[in-house]
Amino acid sequence: MSLQATTWQTVGPYFRIGLSPLFVSELASSSVEGPRIAVSGQVLDGAGEPVPDALLEIWQADARGRYAHPDDEQSETIDSGWSGFGRIPTGDDGSFRFTTINPGPVRGAGDALQAPHLLVGLMMRGLLRRLVTRIYFPGEPANESDEILQRVSPERRGTLLLKPVAEGQYLWDIHMQGKEETVFFEF
Amino acid sequence: MSVVPYRSPYPGTQPEYLHRPYVSSIRRAPAQPPVKIPQTLSEVTGPRFDATEIAAGGFDLTRQHKGEPLGERIVVSGRVLDENGCPVPHTLVEVWQANAAGRYFHIRDQHHAPLDPNFTGQGQMLTDERGYYRFVTIRPGEYPWGNHYNAWRPAHIHFSLFGPAFATRLVTQMYFPGDPLLPFDPIFNCTADEKAKNRLISQLDWETTIPQEALGYRFDIVLRGREATPFENPNRL
Repeated sequence: MSLQATTWQTVGPYFRIGLSPLFVSELASSSVEGPRIAVSGQVLDGAGEPVPDALLEIWQADARGRYAHPDDEQSETIDSGWSGFGRIPTGDDGSFRFTTINPGPVRGAGDALQAPHLLVGLMMRGLLRRLVTRIYFPGEPANESDEILQRVSPERRGTLLLKPVAEGQYLWDIHMQGKEETVFFEF
Repeated sequence: MSVVPYRSPYPGTQPEYLHRPYVSSIRRAPAQPPVKIPQTLSEVTGPRFDATEIAAGGFDLTRQHKGEPLGERIVVSGRVLDENGCPVPHTLVEVWQANAAGRYFHIRDQHHAPLDPNFTGQGQMLTDERGYYRFVTIRPGEYPWGNHYNAWRPAHIHFSLFGPAFATRLVTQMYFPGDPLLPFDPIFNCTADEKAKNRLISQLDWETTIPQEALGYRFDIVLRGREATPFENPNRL
């Protein structure tokens, strides 16, 4: 039996009504191990205007690179306070902020490890289906061999890297279009 | 390690990011094509939610306030399957909608139709072990919007589903059969494939209709399914 996946439709401007009960901007409770980080930024449209009605969804592994999901054979050893899910709306000025832990390297193809990264799903009025991107960490040696990052042309890779502003504090803007357009993935 | 990937969409069954008749997409759709990547453990895992994380009465949008909301009561239900025809059990379904007058309980909705103090328009539920969901609500009203001159959205309910993986995420809108506004709506019409588009229209359902009380509408949902086995497609990671 083979069915076709249901067609996406935009999340629209009023998603807060349905999706706010599960807004999560602090991904790690106090019991979760790992260095804390804060990521803030702004979502900007093709005219450079802030997008006040965007929604980010984060999915990430814990500090030891384990996903809280049965497909990860290490999942049973995870701290019960860790889910790895975040859901953050932008404010009136298009800004967002979330705190989490540094993820560990996750298993990739073959014996390779992927560089530490966060998955980001992006939805907003005007987007007919979700966009997906990844956040990587600057200065991480494993970035050089990461199978996904290597598929991105070198001149655009920077759009996926956090910009450090202080210890554990990072900036990361999302540009929908233009010279600094963020790299989005399809899989 | 190798993972069993989720299937790619059938051509034409998902919207392009840029759809000029939907004006908001012009500045917000990326100009560059997306970079194609293989699925890894990151994409085939995803968040899971259980009953402790959702509101107990989330399946009845007509009983969230002191009084009863205005409007025509309806029951919406359906089954969540994957592309292989397997039920998707215990997955989170979130819904939101306008009230009977076509007004959202949201600060940015300035349409001068009345708010209903007894209706928020927010629902949450899990599918059961066979993939079924069901909720009680009122039929949402149509409403005007600013996309173009005299633009009106057909009546619709927003749906958000997760499925088993980050890759299976779905946000969509359910429409009502026979709505005369459907041919004019750039959001409903954003998908090339006619059949795929029409699957967003629910069906009147006598099975779930409650006599003397509420008409039933059926809306089945299909999430991405996995490739049959990792061996069928050895070149994918």
